[in-house]
Amino acid sequence: MLAHAPILQIIIPLLAAPLIVLLRQRDLAWIVAVAATALSFLFSARLFLQVAATGEPIIYEIGAWPAPIGIIYVIDSANALVMPLIAGIAFIVTLVGRGMIEAEVDARDHTLFFSAWMLTIAGMLGQVATNDAFNIFVFLEISSLSAYALVAMGAGRDARALPAAFNYLILGTIGATFYVIGIGLLYMLTGTLNIGDLAARLPEIGDTHTGFAALAFIALGLFLKIALFPLHFWLTPAYSFAPSAVSALMAATATKVSVYVLIRLLFGVFGLNFSGMDEVGTLLLWLGVAGAFAGTLAAIWETDLKRLFAQSSIAQLGYMAIGMGLMSSAGLAATFIHLVNHALMKGAIFLALGGLAMHVGRVTMSSIAGVGRQAPLTVAALLFGGLALIGVPLTAGFISKLYLIRAQLDQQLYVIALLTVISSVLALVYVWKIIEAAYMQDRPKDAVVIRETPAMWVGAWILVIATIYFGVQAESLVDAAFRAAETMLGDAQ
Amino acid sequence: MHDDPVIRVISKVLIPFVMLFGLYVQFHGDYGPGGGFQAGVIFAAAFILNAIVFGMNKGRHVWPPRLVLQCIALGVVLYGGTGLVSLLTGGVFLEYSVLGKTQVAGQHLGILLVELGVGLTVASVMVGLFFTFASRLSHRRFMKIHNDEEDSRTERAKA
Amino acid sequence: MNLSPLLAQWNYVLVIGLMMIGFYTVIARGNLIKKMVGLNIFQTSVFMLYISMGKIKGGTAPILTGDATTVYSNPLPHVLILTAIVVGVATTAVGYALIIRIRETYGTIEEDEIISAINAQDGHQDAS
Repeated sequence: MLAHAPILQIIIPLLAAPLIVLLRQRDLAWIVAVAATALSFLFSARLFLQVAATGEPIIYEIGAWPAPIGIIYVIDSANALVMPLIAGIAFIVTLVGRGMIEAEVDARDHTLFFSAWMLTIAGMLGQVATNDAFNIFVFLEISSLSAYALVAMGAGRDARALPAAFNYLILGTIGATFYVIGIGLLYMLTGTLNIGDLAARLPEIGDTHTGFAALAFIALGLFLKIALFPLHFWLTPAYSFAPSAVSALMAATATKVSVYVLIRLLFGVFGLNFSGMDEVGTLLLWLGVAGAFAGTLAAIWETDLKRLFAQSSIAQLGYMAIGMGLMSSAGLAATFIHLVNHALMKGAIFLALGGLAMHVGRVTMSSIAGVGRQAPLTVAALLFGGLALIGVPLTAGFISKLYLIRAQLDQQLYVIALLTVISSVLALVYVWKIIEAAYMQDRPKDAVVIRETPAMWVGAWILVIATIYFGVQAESLVDAAFRAAETMLGDAQ
Repeated sequence: MHDDPVIRVISKVLIPFVMLFGLYVQFHGDYGPGGGFQAGVIFAAAFILNAIVFGMNKGRHVWPPRLVLQCIALGVVLYGGTGLVSLLTGGVFLEYSVLGKTQVAGQHLGILLVELGVGLTVASVMVGLFFTFASRLSHRRFMKIHNDEEDSRTERAKA
Repeated sequence: MNLSPLLAQWNYVLVIGLMMIGFYTVIARGNLIKKMVGLNIFQTSVFMLYISMGKIKGGTAPILTGDATTVYSNPLPHVLILTAIVVGVATTAVGYALIIRIRETYGTIEEDEIISAINAQDGHQDAS
């Protein structure tokens, strides 16, 4: 069975979705979801350990057709790092999210909700594992369509979820269609869709207008998916009006998977020496800086906490883009480190927000006034997540900022390094606003009294402990990230 | 539309042939243009034509919405299940060759089963979409009918 | 101006034309249903790109006839497009379902009216 782990980690959530519909029971739906994500996490963790030990990629041929005739899954150091992250966060959010889901989603929609939930998770895992460019598109759309439906489920609480989901649908579909156009152009050039094959054939025949156009389309489509400035306007409404569990899952995983896909296509297929890659790098660098500032500044002015942290996500994705734009092994490693850390930090933050939302409804600066005394553990998780976002030492956020700035200094990009530091410090402003509201104000007499239950903080604290662990004992993560970056860049460094 | 004799008679005559053609396209995917998706859409067209001409109540009576939802899930399970069966009988996922005594027989059977799954899901999705949109019910009321049917069934079972 | 390469590759001209019509409709029209139609046209242009790419001069339909000397068109783009068509149908379905819900909630499917309804609601909420 373990030999089939690469496909089982995706098929188990994928088949859990129709199974949940067939079972038609609300309680069974949650149990099946938890079981499926747990199995997925175990398989992906096992694969990570295997690849880390041997250093050799694991190849799995679907239908026993070898590449490039068939679709193969290749688990190398890069996706072996991302897959357990996605599966693990999916497992934790599913486990603790039940209370949030019951509070915010109508009871009759629960079976279909969990079905769409499993489809999103399966789609994300499939995007990461596969080695076929069109297969990435298929899983991308599976994940995205379920995500649009999940975001729209927030309409029970706030009707603005519906236009937000519609906007997300339009922009997400445009991004995916651009990606398909790019893949079509690549297929026209090389006659193959297998990523390894494309990487082998492109250097000789790629230096044409068609290759340049393919790079442009693929890059643009994926820029939209990673919410790179100025294509980021869909993210804030979608994450803030979705149900809290959905925000937690998507903020922690969806954009990270798109970052991985962008890395795989840009560096694993086109490679550093492809004509036009320098321009793409410059774009990533400067749009990343712009996004970092746009996100942080917008977050400072927000009073709704979910919107605030959604804007903050845009800034963090900007840092990942900067890491990619550096076009070096160190930069790419920094992106991978930040990818893992941001998933953990944002997951913790949104889970804590979900816990609070179960009681106060809309989580704003005024509705959480003085909540620090009534829900100490939950707000502490929020606080640690915020500190990690700033990059305080002893948290994982510090490690990712450190390696990012180091990679920037390696290339003597002092201005960009300075801008990175400034925007990180600016994040202090909105974290301070939250601390002040939660701890230093008195809870108004007519506000909802919160009785803290473990369901509110357990999931968030698991992720916070992981953040602190990777902040203190960073070597395992840093080594894995550097291995991932080197695998991605291959021989052309 | 149900009071127009021409449309009524013609659709009553044609609907079985549409379904038959859908099945033909489904099973001849190996030898000509066809396969699961095309067949599913044609097959669903018969049910949709029935519902348009004779009214939504008659249409929902033929294929209840609750059953439509189960069929969607069943088709996906059929596809994934075929892959899992080949995984469990010694091959890799979706390796059809191990499903039959010879490689060609296995491939035939495998493709047949997965296309059947695809056709079932696609037909159910098309019909389900039509029922959801054309009755101009919101999802909540669609599921209300689903749940009301269930409640009345359980009440009748108890009585 | 030398138009003959453009005319020789008229399929790509058609694809780009459809693509831009669809894309413009998505961006420039405020009616949500028109946006969905534009999205559909945009996706259809991509289908045309793939399928026209697969055609080989003198190639016939890619169905095995047993004759070893037939030239077939490339069947792989057909399969890719089948998948993409299904994705397009699903996207359209989700989109229209959202439009129906938006219509029931806000009473309109014009983007600017929805935004003003949301802003009016927001102002009301913040004031209370």
